[in-house]
Amino acid sequence: MSGAPVRVYVPRDSAALAVGADEVADALARYCAERGQAVEIVRNGSRGLLWLEPLVEVATPAGRVAYGPVAPEDVPALLDAGLLAGGAHPLRHGPTDEMPWLKSQERLTFARVGITDPLSLADYEAHGGWAGLRRALGMPGEAVVAEVLDSGLRGRGGAAFPAGIKWKTVAAAPAAQKYVVCNADEGDSGTFSDRMVMEGDPFMLVEGMAIAGLAVGATRGYVYVRSEYPHAVAVLREAIARAEGAGFLGADVLGSGRAFRMEVRKAAGAYVCGEETAMLESIEGKRGLVRAKPPLPAIQGLFGQPTVIQNVISLATVPIILARGAAFYKDFGMGRSRGTLPVQLAGNVKQGGLVEKAFGITLRQLMFDYGGGTASGRPLKAVQVGGPLGAYVPESQWDLPLDYEAFAAVGAVVGHGGIVMHDDTADLAGLARYAMAFCAIESCGKCTPCRIGSTRGVEVIDRIAASTGEAREQQVELLRDLCDTMLHGSLCAMGGMTPYPVLSALDHYPEDFGLQPAAAGA
Amino acid sequence: MTHPDLPPARKETLLATPDELRDRLRQLGKSSLPADDPRRAAVQEIVAAHAGQPGALLPILHGVQDALGFIPPVLVGDIAGALNLSRAEVHGVVSFYHHFRSSPAGRHVLEVCRAESCRSMGSEALWAHACDSLGLPAEGGTTPDGAVTLQPVYCLGLCAQSPSIALDGQPRARMSAARLDALVARSVVDEVAA
Repeated sequence: MSGAPVRVYVPRDSAALAVGADEVADALARYCAERGQAVEIVRNGSRGLLWLEPLVEVATPAGRVAYGPVAPEDVPALLDAGLLAGGAHPLRHGPTDEMPWLKSQERLTFARVGITDPLSLADYEAHGGWAGLRRALGMPGEAVVAEVLDSGLRGRGGAAFPAGIKWKTVAAAPAAQKYVVCNADEGDSGTFSDRMVMEGDPFMLVEGMAIAGLAVGATRGYVYVRSEYPHAVAVLREAIARAEGAGFLGADVLGSGRAFRMEVRKAAGAYVCGEETAMLESIEGKRGLVRAKPPLPAIQGLFGQPTVIQNVISLATVPIILARGAAFYKDFGMGRSRGTLPVQLAGNVKQGGLVEKAFGITLRQLMFDYGGGTASGRPLKAVQVGGPLGAYVPESQWDLPLDYEAFAAVGAVVGHGGIVMHDDTADLAGLARYAMAFCAIESCGKCTPCRIGSTRGVEVIDRIAASTGEAREQQVELLRDLCDTMLHGSLCAMGGMTPYPVLSALDHYPEDFGLQPAAAGA
Repeated sequence: MTHPDLPPARKETLLATPDELRDRLRQLGKSSLPADDPRRAAVQEIVAAHAGQPGALLPILHGVQDALGFIPPVLVGDIAGALNLSRAEVHGVVSFYHHFRSSPAGRHVLEVCRAESCRSMGSEALWAHACDSLGLPAEGGTTPDGAVTLQPVYCLGLCAQSPSIALDGQPRARMSAARLDALVARSVVDEVAA
């Protein structure tokens, strides 16, 4: 049986490669060749249903049909079952777009991820790519800034600072050279949305950065990507080369006479370089020591020049805001949290992956309706939201809506939208100790509360475990005092937020520290 | 003039003549490798490839480590000289970043993620297993035969499929002790066959 080649999608996202997607693609090519079946294998990004990776999709007249998780040894049986025509098989999930997990999402930033070939300029354009850049090129810079401001977009890296205000500051700062820096040092455990964008839709980030550059008058952009993301570095570099080759970047962006060039900078494994000023130091070729603020990077940033610094998701969201307008984006969300958040379900989760929803969805909906509970099948005990510097959220707060202000009100953070679930075997005292130990390993060393406090924190938590009765109470008091010093005395979020997981563990799970629930009250 | 409360001054041993000291100062920042060592040429080539790039130190260090497997301390002077930096500055950068090594790793590098998400899925047991099966202490390290270096990593961005590891830079997820053993055994066998 032959004819026009059937298009089969096997993702090239790290999450798929890490569970054998290359082997699956090889097996498909080999078995189809043996059978004389013509196939065109497209290496797409990931649809974000990561428990099903490698998720193979087949293009049928009725749309794309999903199979997963596919192992190389499943391929012959799948072909026997009529994979290439969307045939029935235990691994078949039906039309991908109809899968409830995906269908119920509100994908704005992730609209193309997993659907297109990440490095195909034609695919990008055919799916609405470059519309935002084209519109921005026809507008004065201040109108572009106003559009971003009106959209209500806040920095998705964790600090949630209004993006438009940053842009406005940089645009107003007089300088011969300005920069746009994309913070892709996604070091928080439980987060992978930046990586998925860079690997799955890199042109979107290129477009967002170019728009930012045009809006504020910056001609150079840097993307600072962690060294732990080799695939993201490679895809992004290739995407930048292709975009430049096609005139979307370079000395004359789309014939506008305006320049914007981009460069990928590979980080070198220092967590603290995710802090914006440490990242600037690192790009400048120095140790990643945090800078004191002011001066704000928007006034004196990279190489001392005005610099827009945004996380990957923030910049990747800019094209749709420009293409569809601020009002369209602002229409999603609640309160002062406008738009959507790509949430990452991670840790001990049955159905982990990427869920992009408007702000306002609850943790419980995310963890149970999407996540399906724990992978282990045991009761869910604790959930850490917002990365290693985010609080452990107890069950009493799982019905909070995902909203920056609602989380802040209970001492928690939404952060980058990473949700790490732990079942009832988790030891929260051990996790609190780990938070301090991690801070000790990764502290840049510039300020004392972080550098010394984290080491003392590990020691005090060890003493809490080793002592009893009144001695233990004293150590708990000491730990609270130490956390207070770190919280208020540290130069950046590294030392300043490490107390969040520690104190939340202590407050909500005192029994893990050997304390009576009542005795742990702050 | 000695203060009566202070002990008498020690008799200084002259370690070098002023001329010798001046000569040593001139040598500071210079490589102790012979001029024709091939590694020096490699560094020159990498430095030249980044000429004119602002903030080129990290890209250069990545280049050197990619080419040589580590950043030999004897080459720090060459890198410093090319960028008009002091050796202390370059050494400071090399030692600050976990990714850069000043000594060679084993022939294979196994990184096991020990961050929160992987912890929730048993990474600590996986780490302990890796240490045990490679005969390494609890903090990891390099096996005596130089075959494998085991080190922790803090997040590979595969958190929905924890626990994860990277073997020779290739991330692998949904890891189990048995799969880990098989992966490590396979790369060591490949090496024997090669």
